[in-house]
Amino acid sequence: MNFVALRMLTGDRAKYFGLVFAIAFCTFLLENQTSIFANILRRTASQILDVTDAEVWVMDPKTEYWDQTKALKDTDLTRVRGVSGVGWAVRLFKGNPVARTSTGKFAASFLIGLDDATLAGAPRQMLMGSWERLREPDSVVIDKAGYVLLFPKEPLRLDRTLEMNDHMVRIVGISDASPPFASLPVMHTRYSEAVGFVGRERTQLSFLIARAAPGVTPKELTARIEKQTGLRARTTREFMWDCVGYYMRNTGIPVNFGITIGVALVVGTVVAGQTFYLFTVDNLKQFGALKAIGVTNLRLTGMILLQAFSVGALGFAIGTGMAASFFELTLHKLATRHIVLMWQCVGITGAAIFFVVIVASVLSIRRVLVLEPAAVFQG
Amino acid sequence: MESNGHAISCHGVQKHYGEGETRIDALRGVDFDARFGELSFLVGPSGCGKTTLLCVIAGLLDRNEGNLTVLGRSLDGVSDRDRVLFRRKNLGFVFQQYNLLPALTAAENVAVPLLAAEVPRKEALDRAKALLSRLGLEKRVTALPSKLSGGQQQRVALARALVHEPRIVVCDEPTAALDHATGETVMELLASNAVQPDRAVVVVTHDSRVFHHAHSIARMDDGRIVEVTRPNGSAAESVGEFDSFQKEAAL
Repeated sequence: MNFVALRMLTGDRAKYFGLVFAIAFCTFLLENQTSIFANILRRTASQILDVTDAEVWVMDPKTEYWDQTKALKDTDLTRVRGVSGVGWAVRLFKGNPVARTSTGKFAASFLIGLDDATLAGAPRQMLMGSWERLREPDSVVIDKAGYVLLFPKEPLRLDRTLEMNDHMVRIVGISDASPPFASLPVMHTRYSEAVGFVGRERTQLSFLIARAAPGVTPKELTARIEKQTGLRARTTREFMWDCVGYYMRNTGIPVNFGITIGVALVVGTVVAGQTFYLFTVDNLKQFGALKAIGVTNLRLTGMILLQAFSVGALGFAIGTGMAASFFELTLHKLATRHIVLMWQCVGITGAAIFFVVIVASVLSIRRVLVLEPAAVFQG
Repeated sequence: MESNGHAISCHGVQKHYGEGETRIDALRGVDFDARFGELSFLVGPSGCGKTTLLCVIAGLLDRNEGNLTVLGRSLDGVSDRDRVLFRRKNLGFVFQQYNLLPALTAAENVAVPLLAAEVPRKEALDRAKALLSRLGLEKRVTALPSKLSGGQQQRVALARALVHEPRIVVCDEPTAALDHATGETVMELLASNAVQPDRAVVVVTHDSRVFHHAHSIARMDDGRIVEVTRPNGSAAESVGEFDSFQKEAAL
């Protein structure tokens, strides 16, 4: 009877495609909105995640997230290096100087100062030039989006100059750094250069980044650093979640996206669920005839579940394909770069669709099970 | 063995809907027998209880009082599942509105009772096509119901009722939606294909133009059998109003 169930499902093309489209649209909407939401929140920690050399971040106890830093004392580096279990620890500077081009175009930017000796934390995804050239004086590596912002409609070219705080700096590399939450250019330079590019303050050490010695886990190391120095130490992932949590708590982003996702969930699921339910109700007379002929309730239940899951799977697959196509297109746009369809969002959406299909099936099955087969004799 | 050559035997069957002031007595003590090898007609005005009696006989509705045996077996106390299995094996249905599945071809519609009984799909379709050929629809086996005329759809429904070789075939107003000529054709096919020595056919109808196919005619009124007759010469079992009834049939 499985083929009868599938033929009943696909027999009325208009209803069938309406059903598939409803589920596909619901899937697309949910995957799209949840992925954009997750990716935007992930951007609040982009520069943390880009630093792949280190696994522990040390900061002032009052520092809550990447964009809000209270400078450490230079002596804190020595103290942290003295903690047992530290493999290495180096300085990291973060500032927001204004960069100007020779044409007068300017933009506030993220400037990250790397340890002069090791260049730990340098961008590893280079589109042009090399991060090793940061050893040259007055040099910076800029991300592609920043370059395009400062030099619009001009081809990527090295050795162009920018002015920052009365310093002429040269672009020695163009990176594919992850986009920050605020769409500012991301520049990397050496620590000693960076403090000059920003303007001198009494203390300027934003972060210390460190790696644990062999045999010590990052989590153990953070505990040791906090205990011995009184500073705040977080693993890379912990610090990422700190940033995400800060934006979740202190901005309207989750509310706005939550409303959108909620509406998408309600509208999508109601439309998909109701369409399937009405599909079954429309076919009640056919199910009644099958009951009269001698098809058991168990078999009818199987038929409805088969219909529900086949249309659910097809709609979900099409919707996921639509979402994947959408992100593939937007992935190559500067404004939406690095925003991808996250597998977690696909999983969550799949669970939501599965839930809808189950609810719609149960309601439909109930209607069929309580149906008196004698009703088909009513004309 | 079935009792006294009767495929169906009803005695004092009562059926009511609702309770109290809203109670409607649909059957008020029906005595009815259907014999093997015969076309038994249940006739009467609309609302007299014909279809309700048919549903009770077919096990689609439970009676409130009286005795009922189908193929010598009472279905009292039988589980719903066993009742469905009994119906699947022993009964074939022809509905007034055909009730074909619109997404299935004629052959696939006919094969449904076999598929429900776990017969392999190819075998079921082969048997369905063979039966449709016998009913003159060999060129329409792949047609969807929407592409068939009313008479063709009813012939498909007839094939669906017969394909699994049930012992009892019940038909509810099989000619009501058809013109006279088409209805006559359907009844001829029903009489020639469904009537077998080991099978009983019960037809509910108020179409007096097809009464001449009947071996017995039970006339119902107000939930009771008021007259039973055997038009083809056997002893009449009328209870008083048979003459007027025969005149109606002749007309």
